[in-house]
Amino acid sequence: MTDDRRPRTLAPPERRIAEVVEARRLGAYDLIVARDAIGPANPRPGQFYMLAAGERWGADGDGRPYLPRAFSFARVRPLPGGQGADLSFLLEDVGPGTRRLGELAAGDPLALLGPLGHGFAPPPEGRRPLLVGGGIGAAPVLCWDDELRAEGVEATVLLGFRGAGHAAAADLFVGAPEVCTDDGSVGRRALVTEPLRAELEADPAATVYACGPEPMLEAVRALCAELDVPAELALEAGMACGYGACFGCVVPTVDGYARVCVDGPVFPADRLVAHA
Amino acid sequence: MPDLCGVQLRGPILNASGTFDAIAARRAFGDALLDAFPFDCFVSKTITVAPRQGNPPPRLWETASGMLNSIGLPNKGLDGFLAHDLPELARLPVPLCVSVMGFDSGELARLVAAVGARPEVALIELNLSCPNVETGVLVGADPDATAAAVERVRAEAELPLIAKLSPNAADPAAVARAAEGAGADGVSLINTIRGMALHPTTREPWLGARSGGLSGAAVRPVALEQVAAVAAAVEVPVVGMGGVASGRDAADLLAVGAAVVAVGTESFRDPAAGRRISAELAAIRSARPAAERGRVG
Repeated sequence: MTDDRRPRTLAPPERRIAEVVEARRLGAYDLIVARDAIGPANPRPGQFYMLAAGERWGADGDGRPYLPRAFSFARVRPLPGGQGADLSFLLEDVGPGTRRLGELAAGDPLALLGPLGHGFAPPPEGRRPLLVGGGIGAAPVLCWDDELRAEGVEATVLLGFRGAGHAAAADLFVGAPEVCTDDGSVGRRALVTEPLRAELEADPAATVYACGPEPMLEAVRALCAELDVPAELALEAGMACGYGACFGCVVPTVDGYARVCVDGPVFPADRLVAHA
Repeated sequence: MPDLCGVQLRGPILNASGTFDAIAARRAFGDALLDAFPFDCFVSKTITVAPRQGNPPPRLWETASGMLNSIGLPNKGLDGFLAHDLPELARLPVPLCVSVMGFDSGELARLVAAVGARPEVALIELNLSCPNVETGVLVGADPDATAAAVERVRAEAELPLIAKLSPNAADPAAVARAAEGAGADGVSLINTIRGMALHPTTREPWLGARSGGLSGAAVRPVALEQVAAVAAAVEVPVVGMGGVASGRDAADLLAVGAAVVAVGTESFRDPAAGRRISAELAAIRSARPAAERGRVG
């Protein structure tokens, strides 16, 4: 990507052990907070970490999980002294890796590598940030909202969830995000792209930042292209390494395949091509 | 200090080709990566004459204690590699081995000649065994085809040539002997083992290329047996690899005759794995009785 404004903080070049200092259930999700004493205090919203339980990783009886799993951090609290941070991660049990991570309790070791990839670029002058999160994609939206607030910017935040269990993640936000659910159990019964369209038609001088499931991101991409609004999309992909080694996490872009881990995970929407 | 085909290395740990992109890693980790570079010799991702995008995603599948990949050798092509990648790889603090693959012997000869003419390069690995391109397995599975390929390119470069062998062969030792007989200065093995996974609900092949290559801890016993068989069959140095995740795994491969050891999938789990494995191996060796050290070397 030329003229790259997407910020990133470099990671120490090795996997390290953090300590889980908090683990709790949050509706349909698990929220864990890891004290990363060695890593940087200032990962950029949109960057991610590769996580593995420090113990019994691969203990499900079928030799899995084997590879670490990629997660955007959801919130960062720098530790006193300028080095290290408490990092929050939002987890959903979708397989052996997320299940094992969800079992972690306070005091347990968490192996992590990061921060990795590029974060969200700040909105250009004159454009308001419009943040869109779907499901577990609320995680990078949360830390981006935190950071914008710290800079005195109150962003519009739109969140979409399947139902009330998942919508519990909206409680993490400082402000009052607009919530949509598929079943109408919380907020509006709508896809999150409906309030997004209304926002953009009312005031198109915005930059959209979105993370969520692939169909949602594709809908956001198409909508922003239609209304000629710039957007940055944080993609998720299965990856083995997180730092460009395995070439496993590629997505099609206008420049050919790009690695989500090192070329993203945040991509300008106009670089991506519709797929799947 | 280990010697690999006449190239002095500071230690016995390499990376397996295609499992570590030093250029991308340097961007992710900065100069801290170079200060504690995890390998004693860096092996590039395989390059081909023409640029390649690689296989369509999905390209990965986690297996029991391992993974399948169907990456398909994405690379910038020979000209792109020489212009953009080689200058960056030359700044690494260790000798450089460039992995090359040709779709025919003419391509392979062109790659060997062009790469071999560059002073930044210390060794060339001939990838005769990638399971993820149509022609890969055919050459590396067959002793005669392997001999013909090595013979064709032997005179194109003075640099040491290492033949990367396939585990998907009836008799890897026979292929290794054929490579040695044709002039290979060393052999490396194992590449990934062909494998397949199905989508859990549709029962269609999961990988974009339908099948892929298995790596990780799951292949370790296969690698140990094949490295032992090949090391017993040839005089040239053997680069042993396959599921190495600890100093003990490296010591095992050295014990059955490998001259040096490469780390692959474990680097996906931790970019510093090579350094940790080096330290564990050194501890194992220093704990060994002196008489045994002298005997094994």
